[in-house]
Amino acid sequence: MTFTTKLEVFEGPLDLLLHLIKINEVDISDIPIATITDQYLEYLDLMKALDINVAGDFLLMASTLMHIKSKMLLPKQKDDFEEIEDPREEIVRSLMEYMRLKEAANELASRDILYRDVFKRGIEMDSPSGQEDINTAEVTLYELMNAFKMIIKKKYPDIVLRFKAESWSVKKKMVEIMKRLKGVKNLYLGDLFSTMGSVSEMIATFLALLELVRTGSINAFQDREGSDIRLEAINK
Amino acid sequence: MNTSLKLIVESLLFASSEPLTPRQIRDLLPGKDLKEIKHVLQELKNEYEKMDRSFLIREVAQGYQFRSLPLYGPYIANMPSSTPSRLSRAALETLAIIAYKQPIIRQEIERLRGVDVSSLVRMLLKKGLIRIVGRKSLPGRPIIYGTTGKFLEVFDLKDLSSLPTLKEIEELGYGEEG
Repeated sequence: MTFTTKLEVFEGPLDLLLHLIKINEVDISDIPIATITDQYLEYLDLMKALDINVAGDFLLMASTLMHIKSKMLLPKQKDDFEEIEDPREEIVRSLMEYMRLKEAANELASRDILYRDVFKRGIEMDSPSGQEDINTAEVTLYELMNAFKMIIKKKYPDIVLRFKAESWSVKKKMVEIMKRLKGVKNLYLGDLFSTMGSVSEMIATFLALLELVRTGSINAFQDREGSDIRLEAINK
Repeated sequence: MNTSLKLIVESLLFASSEPLTPRQIRDLLPGKDLKEIKHVLQELKNEYEKMDRSFLIREVAQGYQFRSLPLYGPYIANMPSSTPSRLSRAALETLAIIAYKQPIIRQEIERLRGVDVSSLVRMLLKKGLIRIVGRKSLPGRPIIYGTTGKFLEVFDLKDLSSLPTLKEIEELGYGEEG
């Protein structure tokens, strides 16, 4: 039995680019375009292997990156009349704009938010609690995927991540993760995967994990950048 | 005389769960002067600040409202059905674009975020944080979005002009609180 999970990806291609710039510790105004393009395509493959809906936006960005990469390879011809524009300039501009926007979102998040930090009068003790529309993942999809990639790489150093998940049921894995989280405060991603026998089992587990984060059953945290990802059950 | 108006206004604020604007208060108190009401509101606000209580009067969404201090939030959050309002990163980013760039159409939000936002916009509409303000005279007549009074109330903002400017944000740098 195969499971097709339709995961909605709210984080877009710009998030993925910023994530890659961050983990490579490179300057945004001087992006090593060949490296970043290769890594970007690698993530796209991983997303496809995981059956995550890769939206057209991701493919468009991939072609833009490859276009820039090819332009960078061409010898620069300095025109007398026109200043040659760095082919990366446009993408840097949208990245900067996007970073500003993330800052604006941070600013909103840091305010004293009603019903999170501050409360007004009139809480009704017995009314049923409101259903949340969208859960909060403290780590982004890419950080989770990155952690997953590292775990697979450690166990199977030579594997190429292009395969179909089979035999393992995502549903069963979801139940299993929730069981393991019962009674413990946290579960680390590394520990969760340490006992697994095959790549397909790991994939099923990872999909189960994404689904649980998406439905708001668990939260994923990262205490420090690069540290193991910590999972916590959300008690409702 | 002034004292009694002050206490009447205080009682209105106390009884209301929604922010009350000076105009709304004046409509409840025939014959009273708007300027006078604004004056006692300010006085009350200052008094509660000085009193060092667990709550004070905040100016939000152009009105005045009793609110708990952030310090006591964790205790209140334990009350059943205190409905913590949590927005995902993606939702916050979408909301931030609408807040800063309004009036704005969805296509423009998507250009900035680089990803489809239709379900997020629907969710923000459902939560009452944004609203439809009109349609643009472009092919397809795309819907124009803006923020609501509830947005101001939830994010502790007096009005839209009290949103920190993006330039100020850059100067603040990362991780600083506004």
